[in-house]
Amino acid sequence: MNKRNSLLRTPYSVRISHWLVVLCFFLVAMSGLSWFFPSLNWLNNLLGGPQLARILHPFLGVVIFAFLVFMFLRLAKYNILEAEDRKWFGNLGKVLKGEHVEELETGKYNAGQKLLFWAIMGLISVLLISGIVIWRPYFAPFFSIPLIRIGLFVHALAGVLMMLLIIGHIYLAFWVKGSIDSMSTGYVSRKWARTHHPRWYRQITANRSEKEH
Amino acid sequence: MSMQSQDIIKRSATNELTPAAQVRDKKVQVAKLIDVTTCIGCKACQVACSEWNDLRDEVGENFGVYDNPRDLTPDTWTLMRFDEYENTESGKLEWLIRKDGCMHCDEPGCLTACPQPGAIVQYANGIVDFISEECIGCGYCIAGCPFDVPRISQKDNKAYKCTLCSDRVAVGQEPACVKTCPTGAIRFGSKEDMLHYGEERVEELKGRGFAGAGIYDPAGVGGTHVVYVLQHADKPELYHKLPTDPRISNAIYGWKGWLKPVAALAFFATLAGALFHYVGVGPQTLDDEDTDKEG
Repeated sequence: MNKRNSLLRTPYSVRISHWLVVLCFFLVAMSGLSWFFPSLNWLNNLLGGPQLARILHPFLGVVIFAFLVFMFLRLAKYNILEAEDRKWFGNLGKVLKGEHVEELETGKYNAGQKLLFWAIMGLISVLLISGIVIWRPYFAPFFSIPLIRIGLFVHALAGVLMMLLIIGHIYLAFWVKGSIDSMSTGYVSRKWARTHHPRWYRQITANRSEKEH
Repeated sequence: MSMQSQDIIKRSATNELTPAAQVRDKKVQVAKLIDVTTCIGCKACQVACSEWNDLRDEVGENFGVYDNPRDLTPDTWTLMRFDEYENTESGKLEWLIRKDGCMHCDEPGCLTACPQPGAIVQYANGIVDFISEECIGCGYCIAGCPFDVPRISQKDNKAYKCTLCSDRVAVGQEPACVKTCPTGAIRFGSKEDMLHYGEERVEELKGRGFAGAGIYDPAGVGGTHVVYVLQHADKPELYHKLPTDPRISNAIYGWKGWLKPVAALAFFATLAGALFHYVGVGPQTLDDEDTDKEG
């Protein structure tokens, strides 16, 4: 891709954080599933077998949390929900049919992406807290058994919700062609930006022309 | 490897379509009966348990009561709990001594909570056993147990508890604690026989004025394969907080029960939704006829 005529959508530090989260999340999610669905128990072999997977799972989870904190600090300001986001939800049917509604005036991230952002940040926090409560042998002994029971349930529920969201996230990135480039190379074409995120396109091109003059 | 078992009626984290070997099902349900009223608190059972199972816990310290060690540990699978009870009705001080340890529930909370296939099993005779080589040290059994029994060892990150001497029982012997008890307070046999004997003891106790005497065989966990004769069966919490109505927590049932099928359905629905959507709507590409001259 000709970078001169493309727009930088995701900086290097965020991209690398994203892909490290992807790697860790894949291993954590697969080991989590190995304990959730008995028939998928073999998935723990990805982390070196049942015992080792049990040891590594929480540490990798903390790595995910750390990178997501970094991404939160970098991306939160673009993901604040605005009144205009209501229009996007109102037109959800059209959006899913791939029809572009001009008056949506989507900024850097659309309302669905913003919602995903907050859901991921919320769920990772729930997973971290519940995960610490049930983390043996280091932390669980400090908590009461009734609390640990709740922690187990909440951790499983939040893990399932997170995986469902990530499946949706992966699908949408695959559906909207050009999206994966924005996270791999970091660049998108001007046309992609105009089509999917017109307000962001105007802002970024205005800034750029200001700098150039 | 553990001994070959062909009589496993429950196996942790195992799909019902692929059960463990269970052909030997003509087994008598066993039970250990602990008659609290004839226990003298000598702790011979604790010693016999360490001897038979080759366990040597650290010598504890005296902290003002007779309990030693303070609590069940990965190396102490049975523990005498001593409680002083001032009976206001009779005006007497009663020394209540309970041999604590795994109750071998018919519906075991540990086995229900365990996420690792085959790490916890229940044999046809009712004994609940931890298969240590499969244990991953997650501690979910501790959360699942309504009696706070399993303990995880710091040596190997594996959970331990009383096996009801499943190795002895398998060859027709009684558990080590039963063998050694000098007063006959601990007995072992078929559950039917033990309940029958227990009822005789209860009748005798009632005749001696213990109106609340009874057998502790809590129905909330399907009954247990370790049963107590208590002089105050109406107040089991007197015996070092023995639960009045032990049950597997709803949080455990929720996670191991309805959450699994709901989650499976949600995964299938999400994946199917993505497939149907992509095939139906097609990829979101940029219009070709209006080729982008700028980029």
